[in-house]
Amino acid sequence: MAGNPRFEQKIVRAVLWTMTGATILILLFIVAFILRRGLPEVSLEFLTRNPENMGVEGGIFPTIVGTLALTLMAIVIATPLGVGTAIYLTEYTWENRLTRIIRFGADCLAGIPSILFGLFGFILFVTKLKLGWSILSGGLTLSFMILPTIIRTSEEAIRSVPAAYREVSASLGCTKWQTVTRVVLPSALPGITTGVILSIGRSIGETAAVIFTAGSSLHIPTSLFSSSRTMAVHFYILAREGISMPNAYGTAAVLVATILMINIVSYYLMHRFTRKYS
Amino acid sequence: MTRLERNDRLIRLGLLMIAFSAVSILIVITLFIFSEGTPIMFKYGPGRFLFGLDWYPSEKAFGLLPMIVGSFFVTAGALLVGVPMGLACAIVLTQFASKRVGRILKPVIELLAGIPSVVYGFIGIVVIVPLIRENLGGPGLSVLAASLVLGVMILPTVISISIDAFQAVPPTYREGSIALGATVWQTIRMVMFPAARSGIVAAVILGMGRAIGETMAVIMIAGNAAAIPGSPLAPVRTLTSNIALEMGYASGEHREALFATGVILFVIIMALNILANWTSARRKR
Repeated sequence: MAGNPRFEQKIVRAVLWTMTGATILILLFIVAFILRRGLPEVSLEFLTRNPENMGVEGGIFPTIVGTLALTLMAIVIATPLGVGTAIYLTEYTWENRLTRIIRFGADCLAGIPSILFGLFGFILFVTKLKLGWSILSGGLTLSFMILPTIIRTSEEAIRSVPAAYREVSASLGCTKWQTVTRVVLPSALPGITTGVILSIGRSIGETAAVIFTAGSSLHIPTSLFSSSRTMAVHFYILAREGISMPNAYGTAAVLVATILMINIVSYYLMHRFTRKYS
Repeated sequence: MTRLERNDRLIRLGLLMIAFSAVSILIVITLFIFSEGTPIMFKYGPGRFLFGLDWYPSEKAFGLLPMIVGSFFVTAGALLVGVPMGLACAIVLTQFASKRVGRILKPVIELLAGIPSVVYGFIGIVVIVPLIRENLGGPGLSVLAASLVLGVMILPTVISISIDAFQAVPPTYREGSIALGATVWQTIRMVMFPAARSGIVAAVILGMGRAIGETMAVIMIAGNAAAIPGSPLAPVRTLTSNIALEMGYASGEHREALFATGVILFVIIMALNILANWTSARRKR
C-alpha cells in the first residue's frame, strides 16, 4: 500500500467519507427517531392544555409559556449588551490589550459549562438577591450564557459590512454614532439576527442552567417572579422519572421541531447575508 | 466642542462599559463560585476533597476523586469517538467534497450543535443503553454509553474549529504540494496537517471542555454511582452530575461541598480555555 499512493488515497478517501456519512446518519436518526415517535402524540390539545397529574396526562401549555418568557427575557437582556460590545470592538477601538482582554473574557464565558451558570444563578439570583426560583432569575442566568454567542456573531456581521459604507458616511459629515446607527447596523442586521436566533435555539434547549434558577413549577407564570418550567426541563423530568413516555416523546418532538425550524431560518438568513457581501 | 462631539464621547464611554459586561460577568461568576466552594475545602483540607474516595456528604465524607476520575474517563472516551469522526468530517468538507456538497453537509452537521443535551440523553436511554445491556452485559448505564453520546455531542465543536484551522492554511501550500505530484491525501498528511496542527489541538482541547462540562445527557446515561468505575461497562458519576443530582435537596455543608465540586470543575475548564487560547494565539503569530 505504501508503494502506491493512488491506491492509498482511494482507501483513505472511502474511510473518511464513510465516517462523514455516519455523522450525518446519526443526526438524521436522532431527528427522525424523535419526530416519528413524538409527533403522533402532538395535537392542538397537547399544545394548549394544562398538564394533569404531574404530566402523566394533559398537555404542555404552561411549559411553552415558560420557555417563551425565559427566552424572551434572556434575549432582551443579552442582545443590547452583545451588540454594544461588538460595536465597541469593531468601530470604536483597534486591536490592543483591552480588546484582547474583552475577547478572552467572552471566550472563557463561552466555555463555562451550563451547570456552573446554574450554580451561579442559584446562589446570586435565587438566594442572595432573594428573587427565588423565577423567570427573572432564570432569564438573567440564560442571558449571561448566550452573551458570548451574540457578541461573536454580531462582531462578524459588523465586520463584514464593507469599509466603503463607513467612508462614504463619514465623508458626508456624519459622526461615528450616526454612521454606526444609520449605516453599519442596518447593513449588519441580518447577520446580527442570525446570532440572536441561534441564541434563542440555545435558550430553548437549555436545562441545567434553568432547572436551578427558574424552578419546575407547572403553573402558568403570572409575573416575572413566578417559578416556571420550560419544555426542556419538563421533558427531562418526564423522561428521567419515567412519568409518562408518550408525553415525553411528544414534548421532545415539539422541542426538536422548534429547534429544527430555528436552525433553518437562521441558516437561510445567514446565507442571504453572506451572499450580499461576498 | 459641539453637542454632537460631546454626545459621541458619552456614547464611546457607554459602549466601553457595555464591552466589559462579559469580563465582569466572568469575574462575578468566578468570585461567587469560589466564595461558596473554597471555605469548606480549607476547613477540611483540599486533600480530603481531591483524593478522598468516599462521598457520603451526610457523614462529612467529601471525597471527590471518583468524580474527578469519572469525568476524566468519560471525557477520554468522548475524545476517542469524537476526534477521529470530527477530523474526518473536517477533512472531507474542506479537502474532498465539492463546494456544492459542502454547502449542503455543513449546515446539517451544524444542526447537531442545536439539538438539546436532554434529547441526546434521551436517545442514550432508549437506544444506546439497552443496546449495551443486551449485547455487552452490565447495567448499560455506563462509561461506554456516556462516551458514545458525548463523542457525538462534541462533534460540532471539533468539526467547526478544525475546519477553520484547515481553511487558515494558505492555499498556495496545498497547490504547491499538488503541483509537485503529491496526491490529495499525501498533501493532507504531510502539508495540511502540520500547518493546521495548532488549530486542531485547539479543537481537541475545546471538545474536551465541552465533554467535561456536559451535564444533563451524562446524568441520564452514566448510572451515577459515586465510585471509580472498574470497566467501561460500569456506571460512573462525573463532577457535573454530582452537582446536578444533589443540588435540588442539599443544604449546609453538603451544599458547600457541591460548590467545592463546582470550583474543581471551574478550575479544569479555565485551564483548558487558557490552553486553547494560548495554542490559537501561537498559531496567529
